Amino acid sequence: MSTATFRIWRGEKGAGKFQDYSTEVSSGMVVLDAVHRIQAEQANNLAVRWNCKAGKCGSCSAEINGMPKLMCMTRLNSLPLEQPVTIEPMKAFPHVRDLVTDVSWNYSVKKNIAKFTPRPPDAPDGTWRMAQKDADRVQEFRKCIECFLCQDVCHVLREHHMHEQFVGPRFLVYAAALEMNPLDQADRVPALRQQYGIGLCNITKCCTKVCPENITITDNAIIPLKERVVDRFFDPLTKLFRVFGAGSR
Amino acid sequence: MAEHVTHEHDVLVIGAGGAGLRAAAEAAAAGVSVAVISKSLLGKAHTVMAEGGIAAALANVDDRDSWRVHFADTMRGGQYLNSWRMAELHAKEAPACVRELEAWGAVFDRTADGRILQRNFGGHRYPRLAHVGDRTGLEMIRTLQDHDIHLGMDVFMEYTVVALLKDGGRIAGAFGYDRERGRFHLFRAKAVILATGGIGRAYKITSNSWEYTGDGHALAYHAGASLMDMEFVQFHPTGMIWPPSVRGILVTEGVRGEGGVLRNKDGRRFMFDDIPAAYANQTSDTEEEGWRYTQGDKNARRPPELLTRDHVARCIRREVREGRGSPHGGVFLDIAWIKNRIPNAAEHIKKKLPSMYHQFKQLADIDITVEAMEVGPTTHYVMGGVRVDPDSQMSDVPGLFAAGECGAGLHGANRLGGNSLSDLLVFGKRAGQYAAGYARENSLGVIHSDEVAAAEKHALAPFERDGAEGPYAVQHALQDMMQDLVGIVRQEKEMLQALERIQEFKLRASRAGVSGHREYNPGWHTAIDLNNLLTVSEMVTRAALERKESRGAHFRDDFPAKDDKFGSCNIVIRKGPGGEMQIRREPIPEMPVELKQIIQEMK
Repeated sequence: MSTATFRIWRGEKGAGKFQDYSTEVSSGMVVLDAVHRIQAEQANNLAVRWNCKAGKCGSCSAEINGMPKLMCMTRLNSLPLEQPVTIEPMKAFPHVRDLVTDVSWNYSVKKNIAKFTPRPPDAPDGTWRMAQKDADRVQEFRKCIECFLCQDVCHVLREHHMHEQFVGPRFLVYAAALEMNPLDQADRVPALRQQYGIGLCNITKCCTKVCPENITITDNAIIPLKERVVDRFFDPLTKLFRVFGAGSR
Repeated sequence: MAEHVTHEHDVLVIGAGGAGLRAAAEAAAAGVSVAVISKSLLGKAHTVMAEGGIAAALANVDDRDSWRVHFADTMRGGQYLNSWRMAELHAKEAPACVRELEAWGAVFDRTADGRILQRNFGGHRYPRLAHVGDRTGLEMIRTLQDHDIHLGMDVFMEYTVVALLKDGGRIAGAFGYDRERGRFHLFRAKAVILATGGIGRAYKITSNSWEYTGDGHALAYHAGASLMDMEFVQFHPTGMIWPPSVRGILVTEGVRGEGGVLRNKDGRRFMFDDIPAAYANQTSDTEEEGWRYTQGDKNARRPPELLTRDHVARCIRREVREGRGSPHGGVFLDIAWIKNRIPNAAEHIKKKLPSMYHQFKQLADIDITVEAMEVGPTTHYVMGGVRVDPDSQMSDVPGLFAAGECGAGLHGANRLGGNSLSDLLVFGKRAGQYAAGYARENSLGVIHSDEVAAAEKHALAPFERDGAEGPYAVQHALQDMMQDLVGIVRQEKEMLQALERIQEFKLRASRAGVSGHREYNPGWHTAIDLNNLLTVSEMVTRAALERKESRGAHFRDDFPAKDDKFGSCNIVIRKGPGGEMQIRREPIPEMPVELKQIIQEMK
């Protein structure tokens, strides 16, 4: 057992300050363990979200030494403990209290994305046939645990606050999972261009770097969707076809 | 009385895991107004932790499977204490519920001919679990969540219910608070569905998150509903044990389904040493046959690692107790060994068990494709819960329904892996359907302001106290005690001691104070939840004392054998007129001949 210092943001609705807490740390601990110990022993009212503590639910997102991470999956032995470990709430969402932010915007964005719309079943028993290869592509996106760390680091949201014009990487991944699902028949390409604001993404790949599920957000989801938008709206040949009523998706 | 906001709906669903979301979908589709109360954010419930799959006799991988086999497996696993009617409905309706999930957007792993793939699991005769790698629960909850948000229901995220409200004998609504502001809310509803999950937080070592404090169990109890089977708490055999901070995190049974084996420190596959008579015909004699089973050989029988969870957990405990455990007090679970059997084993393991691979790599510095894992039992699930009508899921309080883990009946003395997710779907759907029906036939009940005032006073009490001790200290002490005295192996002397300790903890809890104000204050929330934990701990202990035999997940050192006297009854709990906890034995209804016949045929 040794002692380490955790510099935790305390306060409400954006106002607040860092407060230092020293606590015992032991082998194998993660940041969330230290936060829990501080909460149980020194600060019962320290506000923090968490659930599964196993990297599966995406509740305990925070910025640890400035890096957006899940607290439950950040081992203390990956951090320099000779200096205080800073823990702050995410910055792209309104602050509530201590480490908790108001992420409700994400839930309202999702509602506006056209839902899964399958083609008629392939078999009389109401089931479909799908190759594992096609499932693989969609399953990568469906690994998302909705931790919203990708939203937190996206410049369009974090620095430019364009929450009204841009759905953010999480919901481009969500749209990709629907668009690339071989059973789905809805068309989200016009919405991607207009309401979802895909053009605002300038492919800096910050989202991909912070994804705890290692989803290749930019290369596998966003760029192929951008290509669909370009093919539909900006490709001169397709445009010509569309004029004569032979357009394709 | 302080202020509160009033909401009105036809059906109120308390809980937003698999059962709650499925119930809400069904009620909304029936055309009634629906509210869902979620203790955490939407999509974070314990359902996301389910890894292995959804049990349903689709017969995609082995065409010998059918609802009859699934029914017999479930009853055998539950040691025949199950509600046979629920087991029948579950086995018959699970396949349609899985297909429905696919129609709502779930993307399951596929067979070579493009259908939903199924895998082997403990206690299931044939490969039966529809799955997505080892993250099936996430797929399920996300599919339900994304489906529900388009159905026009009101979702209240980060709200907690502290009391159910009644009008005479029937349900009238619920009273609770929102975490962010700490404001009180009154939910008037014609029907209420409890879907609050389990009680894992009553124990120190658990796979459950902070939410699982037995809220639905305690709410139903105080509202006058009966509960049953509370002595049956499932200790999942394989939780992580090292490093200490990850102790209890689940290691999916899917590891064993894919060929993983359990060994003690001498390298012995100790599961071969003790095979229960009821399973002897279905269990392989040799390591070779066990391996062939995991690789889909239809003529091979399952390896003993895939015996039921209660049995595997006790075998692990035996090895550790008798000094044959691993360095940190567990046993070894080895999947890496399959490299001797198949090419590209490392890639295969990463593909089939991706989150296990990451979990061990990140949290324990262990590469499971190279080394064995250290595992030991962890509190995972409670078979007991609110006693319900098998068809409608209504409790004995009119208008109050329960589905999923907080309901009882389907699993009997022990739940089979994979039967939980299918339980959520089948009985979530039924609860939603019948609650909507009840709501259509009944008007809103009258709210009695004294009940509301009492609930509010109770909720605010922790702020009035200046006790030196906070709620966390009491909670931790309770968890240590339950782990020690009412754990995997029980005896009367220890459980009587546990009852005394629970009384002490009640006193301590009634004095524990909290600081700060009502806005997003986890100390306050913990103080409120602690009351529920104490209620369910007492239920588990009293029911376990009453069942003087060993059966399924309930094992008594002082009564180590099964006793037929207890094989035909459930232990039922109810709040007595003086507020005392009443325990009684109730005979299980006679099973119809056709179902008895199925069980005979499948022996």
